[in-house]
Amino acid sequence: MDMQATKKKVGLKEKYAHMTRGLGWETTYQPMNKVFPYAEFEGIKIHDWDKWEDPFRLTMDAYWKYQAEKERKLYAVLDAFAQNNGHLGVTDARYINALKLFLTGISPLEYVAHRGFAAAGRNFPGVGPRVACLMQSLDEVRHAQTQIHALSNYNKHYNGFHDFKHMIERVWYLSVPKSFFDDAFSAGPFEWMIAIGFSFEYVLTNLLFVPFMSGAAYNGDMGTVTVGFSAQSDEARHMTLGLECIKFMLEQDPDNLPIVQKWIDKWAWRGTRVLTLVGMMMDYMLPKRVMSWKEAWEIYFEQNGGALFNDLARYGIKVPECLSQTAIDKEHISHQAWATFYQYGGASDFHTWMPTDEEMDWLSAKYPNTFDKYYRARFTHWRDEAEKGKRFYNGTLPMLCQVCQIPMLFTEPSDPTQICYRESEYQGEKYHTCSDGCKHIFDDEPEKYIQAWLPVHQIYQGNCFNEGVDPTAPGFDPLAEVLKWYHVEHGRDNLDFEGSEDQKNFAAWRGLATKNV
Amino acid sequence: MSTVFIAFQANEESRPIVEAVLADNPHAVLHESPAMVKIDAEGKLVIKRESIEERLGRDFDLQELQINLITISGHLDEDDDEFTLAWKN
Repeated sequence: MDMQATKKKVGLKEKYAHMTRGLGWETTYQPMNKVFPYAEFEGIKIHDWDKWEDPFRLTMDAYWKYQAEKERKLYAVLDAFAQNNGHLGVTDARYINALKLFLTGISPLEYVAHRGFAAAGRNFPGVGPRVACLMQSLDEVRHAQTQIHALSNYNKHYNGFHDFKHMIERVWYLSVPKSFFDDAFSAGPFEWMIAIGFSFEYVLTNLLFVPFMSGAAYNGDMGTVTVGFSAQSDEARHMTLGLECIKFMLEQDPDNLPIVQKWIDKWAWRGTRVLTLVGMMMDYMLPKRVMSWKEAWEIYFEQNGGALFNDLARYGIKVPECLSQTAIDKEHISHQAWATFYQYGGASDFHTWMPTDEEMDWLSAKYPNTFDKYYRARFTHWRDEAEKGKRFYNGTLPMLCQVCQIPMLFTEPSDPTQICYRESEYQGEKYHTCSDGCKHIFDDEPEKYIQAWLPVHQIYQGNCFNEGVDPTAPGFDPLAEVLKWYHVEHGRDNLDFEGSEDQKNFAAWRGLATKNV
Repeated sequence: MSTVFIAFQANEESRPIVEAVLADNPHAVLHESPAMVKIDAEGKLVIKRESIEERLGRDFDLQELQINLITISGHLDEDDDEFTLAWKN
């Protein structure tokens, strides 16, 4: 159906002025700085909020109209997908595990983003950013809802989709994305905008949605593609908001530059670490690959981010200091992360596997400098062991980074055979981080990061068992008890893909769909 | 000079928009992926309402671009007639 373009009574710029600035007022019962107490406490100086303009010039009336149209299109696809048993059209049931990671690790963050932008909108005194934050807040709750709806189709048929809301608060690897957003939300409104609005949305969101959703398209999952792209259509607005926010801060007062630069350095690194999970999905969890993590990184971070930072150089902004390390890491992190998930496949809410020979050839073609040299032999060994009935599961618990909360799985920038860790001391206690980037962040705000809820520490402290469980009882099995507390059903939701209920059901149902029985 | 880009969902609504963009920006390069079309352009990319209306055969509001938009790169400026992406360096 064609949209109806209505004849305008006022132009876009004029309408935007009326529907944003025209709706603001100066408070009189209380002084403005008491109504907006968080606007000043981070040290950012703003002299004229009216200098902020949304270049999309979107107003709430137009917003509702276009969002409604997006929803209609999206739900038509989702209905068709469900009615046609679209789940049986995906390349291979291994693919579905990428969706489990998405639902448990990403969708709950959309909800936190919804709350965070609502708070930012409340805390900014300027009308332009308040309206833009309100729209983004509504977008984010829409993303959470549409992702949950789309993936509920999979929950009817496959394991691991059953309790994402419970898991985000508890499961070890989900603390990585959760703590990222908690870190941003517990900062002030300006840092939130740099963390989520700029670093995550502008610099990194393309890496999450564009290659991953193209990956879903390559793998026959039209429902998820449509959800992803529908969400991404809002991201263009979010990216613009993030970029405008940076420019606005830098133009308002020269004293803002060092604060903004510090946040850019911090959140570029934090975001890069979180995206390790996406790199692993792209290189290992999509049966039909769209591009390698390294290629996506080069297009969307190095080239596109490079253009952005060239542009911001006129304000005195420098490229994030982590760039030299990420240039090395892009060759390694996806392999190191998948190796870790494979080993800890007994403690995750999705299935893991080792790549086939053909897939390993693809990996060595995409990673000519690293895959054969550092990873292939280990992966081949694990696969051979599994074929002999000795599938390797690591029974210990890994040390976690105090900042990014990722297990210590990354290697030294100068030596890919040596695990990297850094140590800091604060108030007589030792704290460990995975990298110079995370150590730097810790050392800058230790009083914040010592409060981190680290899943492994919590397990050792006995805080991750159901009530009434006695860790001193004979035959106590800590992993089994932790899984119960996670709501992960052992032997069903976890372990190797080979032999899983998902694998058997998918094969049986796909057989039914193509034969008469 | 840096590259700006815009990407749309690959569908019937985007087709005339993409045609208009390519016609108005001879330096632009089209990349087609599954479900997505991405247009890269050195420095600047301008999307014109009139060009889309000619191909669509009806009135078009540039804000309708939002419906099938996937992502953009570059500074944006939008008014009633043009949607412009550019880097300022």
